[in-house]
Order: sequence, then C-alpha cells, then structure tokens
Amino acid sequence: MKNSAYLFCFWGVLKRELQRSVQQRTRFISALVRPLLWLAVFAAGFRGTLDEQVIALYGSPVNYEVYIAPGLIGMIILFNSMQSSLSMVYDREMGSMRILLTSPLPRSYLLFCKLLAIALTSLLQVYAFLIVAFFFDVAPPALGYLTALPAILMGAFILGALGLLLASLIEQLENFAGVMNFVVFPLFFLSPALYPLNFMQDANTWVYWACVINPFTYVVELIRHALYLDLNTLALLVNLAAGTALTVGAVLGFDPARRMLYSGRPRGG
Amino acid sequence: MQFAANIQALSHRYADREVLKNVTFTVGQGSFVGLLGANGAGKTTLFSVLTRLIRASSGSVQLFGHDLQRSPAAALATLGIVFQEPTLDLDLSVLQNLQYHGAIQGMSPSHIIARAQEELERLQLWDRRHERVRRLNGGHRRRVEIARALLHKPRLLLLDEATAGLDFESRIHLQRHIRALIETQGLAVVWTTHTTEELQGDDSVILLNQGAVHAQGQLADLITKAGVSDANNLLLSLSTARS
Repeated sequence: MKNSAYLFCFWGVLKRELQRSVQQRTRFISALVRPLLWLAVFAAGFRGTLDEQVIALYGSPVNYEVYIAPGLIGMIILFNSMQSSLSMVYDREMGSMRILLTSPLPRSYLLFCKLLAIALTSLLQVYAFLIVAFFFDVAPPALGYLTALPAILMGAFILGALGLLLASLIEQLENFAGVMNFVVFPLFFLSPALYPLNFMQDANTWVYWACVINPFTYVVELIRHALYLDLNTLALLVNLAAGTALTVGAVLGFDPARRMLYSGRPRGG
Repeated sequence: MQFAANIQALSHRYADREVLKNVTFTVGQGSFVGLLGANGAGKTTLFSVLTRLIRASSGSVQLFGHDLQRSPAAALATLGIVFQEPTLDLDLSVLQNLQYHGAIQGMSPSHIIARAQEELERLQLWDRRHERVRRLNGGHRRRVEIARALLHKPRLLLLDEATAGLDFESRIHLQRHIRALIETQGLAVVWTTHTTEELQGDDSVILLNQGAVHAQGQLADLITKAGVSDANNLLLSLSTARS
C-alpha cells in the first residue's frame, strides 16, 4: 500500500464526517445552542453568587461566564464525541461500519482517522462557540485562541476514543440512552466545568475525589489554562495517559478476534 | 495453480455452538462458485470470516496467495464485497458513497471519479450520481453497492444473498451483470444464496449444511448423485437429513 493511500483514506473519512455534519444541520446547531444556553441563562443566574470566588486561576476577579467557558468547550467536545459514538453504533446496526472495517488499510489507522475526523469536527463547533461567547464578555487573549487549539484537539481526541470504546461495547442503539445517564452526565458534573474543585472539597470529600479521578477534569483544566496562555503540566500528563489507554481500548474493541465488534452472531444464513 | 480463494479446515465456534466445521474449498481465478445452503447453514458466518470481520477459531484463508491473517492488507485489497444487508450511507449521495469507499481503499480522488463514472455508467446510474441514496429504490441501491464493490477493481467478488429483497426484474439484471463481469473481466465470484433459481446446472456449487461442506461440484452432478429431480429437491434433501 502506497503512503499516499493513507492520506487519501484520512481525507475520505474526514470528508464523510463533515458531509454528515452538514447533512445533519440540527446536530451542528444544537451543539452550539446547548452551551450557549448554559452561558446565557445558567451563568447569568449564578453570576451574582460565584463571581468573586471562582478565581484563583485568573489572578483577578472575573465574571462567572469567563470561568465556565472552558467547561462549556469541554461540554461541546464531550457531546460531539458521544454523538459520533452513537453514529458508530448506528453505522454498525445499519451495516456501513463493515465497509470501513473491510478496508485493506490497518484497522488501527482507520480508527485513528475516525478519531481525528471527530476531533476536527468538534474543533469547528468549539470555535463557532467561542465567536458567539465573545459577545458574552468571554474574551481570552488573542493568542489564547491559538494556544488552546492543541488542548482542544487533544481533549476531543481523548473523548472521541472514549466514545469509540463505548460504541464497541454497546450492543444495541437503544442502550445508548444509558450512556447519557451513566457516562456523560457524571463526567460533566463531576468536573471543574461549572465550579472550581475547591468548592467540591468544601462541600463533600467523596465528590471531590470523584472529580479528581475523572479524566474529563483534566481535559477541561488543560483547555482552561491553555486559553489563558498557561500550561497545566499535570493535566497534560493525565491527558496523555488517558488518551493512550482509551485509544488502545478502542482499537482492541474493534479487533476482529474479539466479540465486541458484533452484538452476537452475524445475522443471516 | 494459484487460487482466487483457498479455504482450509476453517472452524468457528460461538460460545456453545460450532457454526463452521472444518470447511475446506477453493475458488479458481475467473470462476463462479455458488455457496448454497438453507438459513442457518453458516453462510454468513463464513462470509464474515472471509471478509475478516471475525477471526475463525481455526483454519486458514488465502486470497490470491495472501494469508488473510498474516497479510490482511494484500488479501483484502483483492476483495470486492456486497453484504446481505444494505451498507450504503442513506444520507449521502450515490457518488459520495463511492468516494468514501474509494478513499478507504486508498484511491486518489481523481481515480475514484474516473472509476465511479465507468461503473455507474455501466449500471445506468451516472446521471443519478448526485441523488441521495435514500431516494433510490431497492434495486438501484443494490446496483450502487455493486458499483462500489467493483470500484477498486477487485479480483474476487463476494456477494452475500445479494438479491435478497429485490423484485424479479432487478434479480435477473443483477445476475446477468455479474456473469458478464466474469466473462469480460475474468473476475472470480462467490455467490452466496439460499435460492436455487439463481444457479445454473454447470455452476460450481458448494453445499453448506449445519456449518459443514456437505457436497461440492457442478450443480447438475450433485443433483444426479443425490438422486433428486432438481436443485430445489437437493436443498430439501439436506433439510430432511438435518431433521
């Protein structure tokens, strides 16, 4: 297989992901509306009580909107990854997943392409959100938009890998609702997306430790620091470790020697 | 002689049940082989093993001399596949579906367009290339799947109950098209089916029964040996033996 084949393959997978995003406009719009509602409504409600307290990271008091914006970026990539994972389960049920898996290119590379394509579509949604968020006084330094890019991409890749791993484990489309209750909401709420972790520590030690071991915590923290031109080394290291583990899990999940690929026996004769 | 497919001692087990039992057969280059068996005979499991969707518990598969486990890239590159269940992305156009398939086969965009035009024109679908697949009827969707399976010029085409759900006219059209490809392009074809009407007397046939090769040879010879009047009765004799 020529080297150019790998490039053509990646382009094909990315193009399909983008085409589907365009075809499913409501998916793109709802991906924006959800965090904007949190920014415009939830943040406005909590502003008065939390404004002066959130703040250590920024060095000076900031609006609550500024604090939760990176958490909402995390929300966008988390939901987009789960949506893509849902698409994978749908593709598997509809059969189009088989076309991908019978490509002569290595299966691990195909999954890598898929993950990167998911991450890049998340990136588009995040920057569309940041443009709108600018009008809600979320105005990081201009260079922050650039330094946050690798952090967002890394976070989207990690959560995409989590989504693929879940897709390989979930037997039926109907079971996906459980993912929202048992994976997405706990990941989001047990993180510093909406409140600083010291709030949690004061309120409940168990909840605090659940936040500390939650990988999504470090996705949000890496983005939060990067957006304001800072590197959170611990968050970077945890992201690298979580990304590696989840990617290996996703690749194993789609190994033909394992049953995860199928919910049971192939149907037919 | 190098075979298009050389399947040796293939067995596969799902937890409590052995669904393929020591399956051995070969497919010659440029030949047509019908894989015939009732529902539950193991055809689709065999198909999944041949396409590397699942790994058999034991045995080997070689495609044009490439071992499917040791050299999957080289082996899979020789395959064109039409699955029993539709596998097109309904929300994409005909051409977009082919472009996606070509890309994951490693083809360049310009090559994909040129090949898509050739295959879709042959199936009278080029004019409809920008239509969403969702708007096509079942027969046309199958044609798109055939065009897609042939896009990267495979040397062996696997069809798993490709005529399932099609009307009479579409079935005949599809069969003629596939047989013409064997004549004109030297393609090897494995045609999986449970209906005997799709096979001809001089076709090579492998009869699968309860996961094992029950018999193989020319269909007419198998009918004679079994002492039955036609292919339908041959299949019936299998189910009688099973019960």
